[in-house]
Amino acid sequence: MIRSMRVYFSMLVRIIIISQLVNVSWVYAKGNKQVVNIAYLTQQQKPPTILSNLDPFIDNKGEPGAELAIKDNDTTGQFTRQSFVLKKFVVPVEGSVVDIYTKSIAGKFDFVVLNLPAAQILEVADLPVAKQAMLFDVATSDDGLRNAQCRNQVVHILPSRAMRADALAQYMMKKRWKKWFLVVGTTPEDKLYADAIKRAAKRFGMELVAEKIWEHTYDARRTAQSDVAVFTQVDDYDVLVVADEQGQFGEYLDYRTWNPRPVIGTQGLVATAWHRTHEQWGAVQIQNRFKEAAGRWMEEQDYAAYLAVRAIGEAATRTKSNTLKDIKGYLLSESFALQGYKGVPLSFRSWDGQLRQPVLLAAPRSLVAVAPLEGFLHPKTELDTLGYDQPETLCKRSTE
Amino acid sequence: MIKSRYLKVLLVSMLSGTAYAESVFVTLEKDNALGIVEPVEGKLIKTVPIGVRPRGIALSPDNKVLYIATSDENTIKMFDAETFKELGKLPSGDDPETFALNPKGDRMYVSNEDDSMVTVIDIARKKAVKQIKVGVEPEGITVSPDNSWVISASETTNMVHWIDTKTNAIADNTLVDPRPRAVMFTADSQQLWVTSEMAGTLTIIDAKTKQITKNINFAVQGVTPEKIQPVGIVIDKDRKRGYVALGPANRVAVVNAQTFEVERYLLVGQRVWNLAFSPDQKRLYTTNGISNDLSIIDLDSQTVTKSIGVGTYPWGVAVKP
Repeated sequence: MIRSMRVYFSMLVRIIIISQLVNVSWVYAKGNKQVVNIAYLTQQQKPPTILSNLDPFIDNKGEPGAELAIKDNDTTGQFTRQSFVLKKFVVPVEGSVVDIYTKSIAGKFDFVVLNLPAAQILEVADLPVAKQAMLFDVATSDDGLRNAQCRNQVVHILPSRAMRADALAQYMMKKRWKKWFLVVGTTPEDKLYADAIKRAAKRFGMELVAEKIWEHTYDARRTAQSDVAVFTQVDDYDVLVVADEQGQFGEYLDYRTWNPRPVIGTQGLVATAWHRTHEQWGAVQIQNRFKEAAGRWMEEQDYAAYLAVRAIGEAATRTKSNTLKDIKGYLLSESFALQGYKGVPLSFRSWDGQLRQPVLLAAPRSLVAVAPLEGFLHPKTELDTLGYDQPETLCKRSTE
Repeated sequence: MIKSRYLKVLLVSMLSGTAYAESVFVTLEKDNALGIVEPVEGKLIKTVPIGVRPRGIALSPDNKVLYIATSDENTIKMFDAETFKELGKLPSGDDPETFALNPKGDRMYVSNEDDSMVTVIDIARKKAVKQIKVGVEPEGITVSPDNSWVISASETTNMVHWIDTKTNAIADNTLVDPRPRAVMFTADSQQLWVTSEMAGTLTIIDAKTKQITKNINFAVQGVTPEKIQPVGIVIDKDRKRGYVALGPANRVAVVNAQTFEVERYLLVGQRVWNLAFSPDQKRLYTTNGISNDLSIIDLDSQTVTKSIGVGTYPWGVAVKP
């Protein structure tokens, strides 16, 4: 009796072990996927002084874009036995981005999405521990980072200031608005934007009839009517081009100029990678999917983070690999073609790591045009009529 | 003698009369209507209000029921194909755009783009019987003529999924070029043709191995490669030629279905999107979304013979004999 009990018991144990083995092998099969790890690094921002209460401050621009892309990558991954993991690092306002990179990212992640200002991107890129990684700049439009200060392992997703200015210039040329009045804010970024506008004016043979710096009070809600009218009494011009990246005064120019003239630039008609008025080429679908997931409209950085993570996913799927060498090689190759809801495939410029893409020209509630505009020709691709083309680049990038 | 010639003329006119008795139905996305075209005279006979944002369109195998996806009403409507009286609604899921019927016409497969799903509908019961998880943004969908496979193409995953009609489950996947749009089988169910909008290519897949056997590039003189965005496909029943709508390139490519050479490009209207044969496969009808017209291509002479204004944003096309 006891013996039979023992046999029974040992059988039971065996059954348990076998069932666990089966269980383990099932987990293994499930976990047997090729994993692609992606880090997302950003720093919290202090909310800026607000110009009006119309638009709420968004403190997570970029993040939901990266998350949506991971979801899309994973949906594809279920058919290719690949899995994509996003690890987010949000550095507090007073924290150090470099410390977090060195401690938590270096050596652990080959692909790092950076939602940081230009200076910090450079700091991270110049860390010796960051040389063996591919860095995706999803925040800056800085032409310096794409020229003299370019780094081998960095690619830039958003259009540069030069690309934006060229896009606006193409539109102004089409409209024959050839005389420009440039109004510039006082921040260093405003100056960079103005530089890009001046470069475009030269490129497209436009005339800068006046240039002024806006130094008036920023809380112009009460005084704009008189200030702007006086400020805009300059030689006659066709269009006012404003350089105010933080939006401190640009919104006050329209309808208040001395002569009735359209406003374009950082306000009025803007050049942007993404806009809520954009609905063509399947864009409605991603606008809807994003809104459902994030509870707000997709912003430029969200779009950029989405594209960065999707680019990694696309390369991983095509190369069936998760290694830096294969994925980077594919991303920078001629075969790479990313679907970005803009009607043409997107790819990287080999000379500066800039994502080649159409630029949207949008008014607050309507999409006005998409650059490159018809008629602006280029021997290779019309997309390269925007920004620094290969012969103009100051970037010395090794093409290893 | 005179009598026989008279008879011949009468016969010919009767024959051509029969041959041309077809009606061409065009969904007009922005007019919320269906345009009905008589192709001989080349006339828009009438426009019937049909529902908000109509896109995908198909006829039942007996040509009695017309199915139209009214995207902004989140349904697929059934109409009497003679009277255009609404017969019922099918539970398509949100924002239906494209769908496919099985050869018997008792099952419908719908792409749900926003949810990454394919919904299977039992038409007789007007019920969704299954939802199949597919890749991101499924769009193009078709059923093989032998009823073995449902193919769903997902635009962002860049894959065609092979769904077994017996199990309603994915049996295989084929990775294709970026942004696959339309999928179409040859009449013998041996080959699957897939257009990729972003890459500007047509891919031929062997239905047995699920492997790509050929990738075809299009190049039109004077048109930048970015404008070549292949969408709709039709292939003739003898597998002699296939026709591919090239979207904003404003052309239909004529592809030799034996050698896979592109024989010629026919200039039609702006942003040509979907295609349909006449029942005798002597003519091809194309919907041109931006120029708001329908082009008629005579397939014997391979020339565009007519273009007929139909309304705003013509999208889908179906032909009733």
